[in-house]
Amino acid sequence: MKVLVCVKRVLDPQVKARVKADGSGVDLANVKMTMNPFCENALEEALRMREAGVVEEIIVASVGGGKTEETLRHGLAMGADRAIHVVTEDSLEPLAVAKVMKQVAEREGVGLVLTGKQAIDDDSNQTGQMLSALLGWSQATYCSKIQIDGEQATIVREVDAGLETIQVKMPAVMSADLRLNEPRYVKLPDVMKAKRKPMDKIELESLGIDTANRLTTLQVDEPEGRAAGIIVNSVAELVEKLRNEAKVI
Amino acid sequence: MANLVIVEHDNNEVAAATLHAVTAAAQIGGDTDLLVAGENCGAAAEAAARIAGVRAVKVADDAKFAHGLAENLATLVVDIAGDYSHLLASATTFGKNVMPRAAALLDVAQISDIVEVKSDDTFVRPIYAGNALATVQSSDKIKAITVRTIKFEPAAAEGGSASVDAISGGSDTGLSSWVSQALSDNDQVDLTSAKIVISGGRGMQSGDNFEMLHKIAAKLGAAVGASRAAVDSGFVPNELQVGQTGKVIAPDLYIAVGISGAIQHLAGMKESKVIVAINNDSEAPIFQVADYGLVADLFEAVPELDAALG
Repeated sequence: MKVLVCVKRVLDPQVKARVKADGSGVDLANVKMTMNPFCENALEEALRMREAGVVEEIIVASVGGGKTEETLRHGLAMGADRAIHVVTEDSLEPLAVAKVMKQVAEREGVGLVLTGKQAIDDDSNQTGQMLSALLGWSQATYCSKIQIDGEQATIVREVDAGLETIQVKMPAVMSADLRLNEPRYVKLPDVMKAKRKPMDKIELESLGIDTANRLTTLQVDEPEGRAAGIIVNSVAELVEKLRNEAKVI
Repeated sequence: MANLVIVEHDNNEVAAATLHAVTAAAQIGGDTDLLVAGENCGAAAEAAARIAGVRAVKVADDAKFAHGLAENLATLVVDIAGDYSHLLASATTFGKNVMPRAAALLDVAQISDIVEVKSDDTFVRPIYAGNALATVQSSDKIKAITVRTIKFEPAAAEGGSASVDAISGGSDTGLSSWVSQALSDNDQVDLTSAKIVISGGRGMQSGDNFEMLHKIAAKLGAAVGASRAAVDSGFVPNELQVGQTGKVIAPDLYIAVGISGAIQHLAGMKESKVIVAINNDSEAPIFQVADYGLVADLFEAVPELDAALG
């Protein structure tokens, strides 16, 4: 089975997002970018499936501008076999990304798509579900355990109330949650090896997909900060403040 | 213009989160209908009809809708969506699972996690873990929306008298089936609706040490939460996680114990009314959002707090 892992290049999670002074968006000039952490979980799972003999080939794909190649190279260094870079300088919404990835999945004839559950930049949490819908495949979101047995997979999902176990028919789109696995670290020889792995470049326009945005961002604001608090000197003082000043206990 | 709110339920009761989505629908304007899809979900439909401000409850009672699996439920939403200008669900794992699937089938964008309704086509939503608020305008004919519950008051669960109409539609895709659910054992207090939450971070050092927090939680009627670091370290299960990719909560009192205050954790709790931080590192970023900070070794301060609460 071939597996497609969809990944996204995002602002490094350790870097605080700064809103541009003109309210047009978040400033991404000269800041550290990385592969979205949940996409790393998705890729790691594909790698483990290949190690277990469930998967033969891992394709890592992303949509974005020139620097998206760095993120895909990271995916190759982690162990993906090849990469597909759908090139555009436009910022696509999840629905458009899903349409692009549908075409990639069909063209490659994959039997499984893995995504992160959410990208930590726009926090949409949509692309995997939308891709699953467009392909007409089974949908398993927020996976913390995936067991594939031929035509069927058993999934443990992280839901608000605890853990839910479902069975899905293959092919399927699965989105990775935090506890699915711990992504491996990339070693220098892997980085060198990744440079020689194949990377297909596809111009977005050549796919003939309507990727026009449906949403217009009118403004981006910084949220109001909290007023400064105080440091208390003892547990007794804390309890007194909570009882008599804040009146919350 | 009319709104359809997809109801989250267990066939008997309507989930509290849905009440917040009903309020968001009311702010958009127009009539609001509710969709209750499930198997033997009559009681949930009756409960939904008592929610204030609802015009009609559409009930699809069929085995194919048992357990709210996204593939079948989305086909039903698509079948009836033509009657509505807005589709809403709460931004819970249920709503976040089904709504994007329905939106894609309808070829419309989804507006995730709205925190404010500006008009019937313009909404505010947090991005970058809440470090920025984007005001977005939708050009789609049908607006598919998930609602961040903490920013909308719950609609009154009683007082309404909506009609209850049985509907059919949707297909049995046969793509997935439900096997089982393991509910968390979190002192019987729901983390998302608790008035008081006490959370532990990496500083707790082990899962066993969370027992200290459970003891205090029992005294305060609080729920226990955790930072992503504590979940990553294997101390506690993920359903306790408060943060950007866990639960977003806004209790009256949030007590952060041994939590440094990473960006993605603050995203899940900084709307809390009163925040207390207990940490031995006076430089920890958590103190920048805390109303009351205590710089102390948690292994001394927490037992002391427990004792002080009697």
